[in-house]
Amino acid sequence: MMEAVEHPLLKYLRAAMIPHIWCSGCGNGIILNAFVHALDELQIDLNKLVVVSGIGCIGRAAGYINADSFHTTHGRPIAFATGVKLAKPELEVVVISGDGDLFAIGGNHFIHAARRNIGIKVICANNFNYGMTGGQVGPTTPLEALTTTTPYGNIEHPFNLVHLAAASGATYVARWTTLHVRMLTASIKKLLQRKGFSFIEVVSPCPEIYGRHNKMRTGLEMMEWFREASVIANFSDPAKAEITPEKIVVGEFVDIEKPTYEQLLYEKMAKLMKEESE
Amino acid sequence: MAEKKAVLTGVHFMSGDIACAEGAIAAGCRFFAGYPITPATEIAEHIAARMPKVGGIYIQMEDEIASIAAVIGASYAGLKAMTATSGPGFSLMQENIGLAVMTEAPCVIVDVMRGGPSTGQPTLPGQQDVMQAKWGSHGDYEIIALSPSSVQEMFDLTVEAFNLAEMYRVPTLLMADEVVAHMWEKVVIPPAEEIKIVNRKKPNAPPGNYAPFMPDDDLVPPMACFGEGYRFHATGLTHDEHGYPRTQDSDVQMRLVKRLCDKIRKNADKIVRVEEVMIDDAEVVVVAYGIVARAALSAVKKAREQGIKAGLVRLITLWPFPEKHVARAAEKTKAIIVPEMNCGQMVREVERAAKTTPAYHLPKLGEEPHTPLEILEAIRRHS
Repeated sequence: MMEAVEHPLLKYLRAAMIPHIWCSGCGNGIILNAFVHALDELQIDLNKLVVVSGIGCIGRAAGYINADSFHTTHGRPIAFATGVKLAKPELEVVVISGDGDLFAIGGNHFIHAARRNIGIKVICANNFNYGMTGGQVGPTTPLEALTTTTPYGNIEHPFNLVHLAAASGATYVARWTTLHVRMLTASIKKLLQRKGFSFIEVVSPCPEIYGRHNKMRTGLEMMEWFREASVIANFSDPAKAEITPEKIVVGEFVDIEKPTYEQLLYEKMAKLMKEESE
Repeated sequence: MAEKKAVLTGVHFMSGDIACAEGAIAAGCRFFAGYPITPATEIAEHIAARMPKVGGIYIQMEDEIASIAAVIGASYAGLKAMTATSGPGFSLMQENIGLAVMTEAPCVIVDVMRGGPSTGQPTLPGQQDVMQAKWGSHGDYEIIALSPSSVQEMFDLTVEAFNLAEMYRVPTLLMADEVVAHMWEKVVIPPAEEIKIVNRKKPNAPPGNYAPFMPDDDLVPPMACFGEGYRFHATGLTHDEHGYPRTQDSDVQMRLVKRLCDKIRKNADKIVRVEEVMIDDAEVVVVAYGIVARAALSAVKKAREQGIKAGLVRLITLWPFPEKHVARAAEKTKAIIVPEMNCGQMVREVERAAKTTPAYHLPKLGEEPHTPLEILEAIRRHS
């Protein structure tokens, strides 16, 4: 009789929380897969990892990962993660959340955490809409796209997330689609190895909720779009990294070093405590 | 016992805001996240100066929503954490106060009340947020809220707020007012060894067997923190004892929400504190809290000098409401007077507890707190 063989990555997942809630064709599983591969390749200590998420489909990812994890209120994972990281800077604190959570309701926290260079790592699943509530317009919905709240076409200009991240001070910025699994995994590894505020946008298919209103009814059709439109332009100007029906600019855009908030904070604290004790 | 070198033992002359900051540090608070707002700003300023010297963290966040979120994060990472604000910021914090209730994150929130609604009167006192303290976040829950009447109590009750937050794993509110916060008075800070410190219960179970929301007999679950190897999940969703979402399960919702309420309700006798002055033979009892209770005490003493049997019940705990104390005082008296710097909030709770004894509200809005004379006149009217 053959012994049951455990999947080598199972230890990274919280089995009691599986099966996941995601629709077929959703890209969140690919993002989770790339994330656990990166954890495995770097041999990240799960006892020193904290995964934080907000509200939305990808927000459930925190619960699926077998580390300390916290599912916050809508829009607040970065603010929560800031408290964790400053309290225990030795922990690896990763925020995995969606475009609406991080850039609409939570946009203020994103830009300020990037500005302060808090050493938290943010992975954003950008599916162009609010999937969990049934497909409303969001801060990254392309112009003219159809959603349940833009039934005549979207008239809002979308955010360019990598440009926003770079302008706000993020020290590592990349964008990939879920088609670029190997690049994404390599990028997540870099994200986990950087010290400062790091950000990856993952353009992710949402055929069930977004695609079907926009002539891409299946995950395959959305992945076809990513394949045809993606252009890798590493270290090009993030201001020009557009996402249009014709072109999705992907790659790494920023990879710099500067002192993190917690580094400066603890240096000052050590100096003041020393002066106090003298 | 408090950490010796962090405690400013001695006799001081300080403001309420500064006393609150020192109380937090003495209680073991090592994380403060806040956003400037009158009349609570001086708490943040004093903490910013003091915290790094005792190995603690001050961070000024981008708003009050972020402040309370960071406080909950720091609490889950193992630090005692606090934020301080006033009405507008307190409103912004409400959703995440609910998150702290739901995830049982020990933390302290100071609301230095000013006149509202909206931007209202930033530099004048109010007591208009006391019902918001109980009901401000959506959903059903119980919370603990304390009301300091002096600068000394800004110190003492901040320490107590941390102890209660840690003991019951509940966000605990210090509902101060502008006068108590900005007033300067004598404060005695005791030696560190005389300051009682409560720390959250840690799990005895090894990581594999730890259910993060499995309560002990006191209805409070022991708390592991991030990075200790327990690898647990917490969520604002309705969750079972393992912390896993169970949003469709009515039994889990019933069990969880009932426990969150019961851990406060069933321990109310241990939590509640009041100060009772001359109520045994009182024919008129004043029920007051915060700075107003100081004027009320003066009025009660003056009434006694004039031969009127007056007494005072000072609410130190606002929530859970000191129902039994008020009911007991009501049994023996003819009338209750409730002076408040609002249009009538705690008076409703007083009425409920007092049953057939009439409770008369004495509102004051838009200026300084009630004078002793104003309260004395009310005592005379109803004696």
